Amino acid sequence: MKGRTLRRVFVWELPVRIFHWLNALAIVVLCVTGYLIGNPPALMSSVEASNRYLFGIIRFLHLAAAYIFIFNFAFRIYWGFVGNKYAQWKNFIPTSRTYFKEIWKVFRIDILLKPRTEHLSVGHNALAGFMYFFIFLASAFMVLTGFGLFAGMSTWWLPKLFAWVPSLFGDSEFSVRNWHHSVMWLFVVFTIIHVYLVMYHDYVEGRGELSSMGGGWKFIEEEVFEADQHAEQEAEKVKTRA
Amino acid sequence: MLCPNGAIFFALFKFGLFLTRKQNENPMTAPTETKTRPTYYEELRERGYSRRDFMKFCTVMAAYLGLEASGAAQISKALMTTPRLPVIWLHFQECTCCSESFIRSSHPMVADIILDKISLDYSETLMAASGHAAEAVMQKTMKDHYGEYVLCVEGSVSDYGDGEFCCIGGKSSRDILKEAAAGAKAIIGWGSCACNGCVQAAKPNPTHATPIHKLVRGKPIIKVPGCPPIGEVMAGTLIHIITFGTLPELDRVGRPKAFYSKRVHDSCYRRPYYDAGLFVESFDDENSKKGYCLYKVGCKGPMTYNSCGVIKWNNGTSYPIQSGHGCFGCTEENYWDNGPIYKQMASFPGFGIESNADKIGMIAAGAAVAGVAVHALATNVQKMGLIKKAIQEGKDAEQELKNPLSKS
Ligand code: SF4
Ligand code: SF4
Repeated sequence: MKGRTLRRVFVWELPVRIFHWLNALAIVVLCVTGYLIGNPPALMSSVEASNRYLFGIIRFLHLAAAYIFIFNFAFRIYWGFVGNKYAQWKNFIPTSRTYFKEIWKVFRIDILLKPRTEHLSVGHNALAGFMYFFIFLASAFMVLTGFGLFAGMSTWWLPKLFAWVPSLFGDSEFSVRNWHHSVMWLFVVFTIIHVYLVMYHDYVEGRGELSSMGGGWKFIEEEVFEADQHAEQEAEKVKTRA
Repeated sequence: MLCPNGAIFFALFKFGLFLTRKQNENPMTAPTETKTRPTYYEELRERGYSRRDFMKFCTVMAAYLGLEASGAAQISKALMTTPRLPVIWLHFQECTCCSESFIRSSHPMVADIILDKISLDYSETLMAASGHAAEAVMQKTMKDHYGEYVLCVEGSVSDYGDGEFCCIGGKSSRDILKEAAAGAKAIIGWGSCACNGCVQAAKPNPTHATPIHKLVRGKPIIKVPGCPPIGEVMAGTLIHIITFGTLPELDRVGRPKAFYSKRVHDSCYRRPYYDAGLFVESFDDENSKKGYCLYKVGCKGPMTYNSCGVIKWNNGTSYPIQSGHGCFGCTEENYWDNGPIYKQMASFPGFGIESNADKIGMIAAGAAVAGVAVHALATNVQKMGLIKKAIQEGKDAEQELKNPLSKS
């Protein structure tokens, strides 16, 4: 049997890859320390408090990871405007009917596991992009509530800008805290599904999905590549004619 | 000296004394300006307090308010020159714990100066008059001092139907509040009832208990929440108004910053145990005997703004955490509906009592793992053709490649 000819495409630029892994690290640290802050481990110890700073360190890690998360996130938003076409914000926010059509197609092929009829996007598929959009919203929510909780004890102007946040929650820091803690689980569930689907794509399609966040490369079939170019030329022609 | 910071107070006191002595040499500040209402100082002297007692009081108040050293002099000057402030003190749906706290504040003069006969024109609890006579006094005060009096409200207002759940003298609490608020210079909400509805406003809130700021518009309102608020905090708030004639600086929620800008957690003497990760696991364990942090048995100090750790209660004797019980957040909005008192995490809305966010989160994560596993199995079945093809393709390539060892 004749094998497919694959063509190497540069998908994830270096800043995108750095963002991805910093983000992953920050989320893991934030979830673990956040969970511990809500549920401190039971320690029986006769050591004097002055000799220990365990919870202080946990909180420090949480805050440090939070700042990394925030500035990294801010950078990614910026990169959504200046990055390559796979990094553009349009991958995440639906602006056209084709976007929704593709969501449906991806859903049929990858979730309902119907047979594949055509090749789909090279970068994020529409469904994944849309899911990332929700995770961006959840991230923004976490930044908001996190700073909202921190504003009361912070001396820096940046967290202090968010002192109004509790008023969205009936002026109760209790609820801000509960929401901040609950939404953490969204990230846990997201991570499970995200990691699985990356492996799924790698396994079923064999196009380097898993390693793409390392080197930035993905591989697509030569025919698909040519068809894509052809389609683009056609589109150009239509444009110049009009 | 009552206070542990005796030295500071003493210094302030001395300084205050020095300043006021100087002022007394000036005939302009002699306390004889108003004939109609006596000044606080005059009233106090009449009641047998010495000047020394008076100066002590001013100094203590200045320290509580966080004023600079000259603050005591400002306070003493104000109390000597300004005629007493007319005060109407209303009681609605409440338990009178705020009044109790107030008259037990550490300095006896607090009660005498503000409450008792001296300043209180109307207060159901503490006035001698009752019935129609009392109502007449209130009407008279409202008329005589229109636009001048401070309205203190203790308790929430029933905003249900015609207000039938809380009527005094045949009038609903809502009507009484609106009437009294109209001529008030400022309104002070005493305690959590007046500020956020407290326990009466907890779900399902049958009487529609409503805090005053939701019913009165266009008047400056100072919230002094707590269940009850600390007596010194209440006195300090009033003394600030008397001394400066303005409202104290308020926080985002409307509470005086002098007393509500720090979390109980930030001034808690058990904080080192919190930072060390040493927690009481249950109220009768070894850790609790050692005085570890009460976070895991539900202390809400990290979300609660109050001066409990600093001013403390009952003449600075102790405060809840010092007595071994967590803070339950009595100065915060909606604190009765914010989850169990003895647990840190609230139950998750709509999932039953024992369901906190972590339990639901773990179930969700478990479901995700299960879903993913099912999907993985289904993939191997549904996409068998595709996968087999890929595997074959890979194997073919493997075959086609020369064995590196057999290279000649
Ligand atoms: S006892 Fe409460 S207020 Fe004190 S450190 Fe622990 S959590 Fe904070
Ligand atoms: S420790 Fe907390 S619950 Fe107790 S009085 Fe102070 S603020 Fe209120």
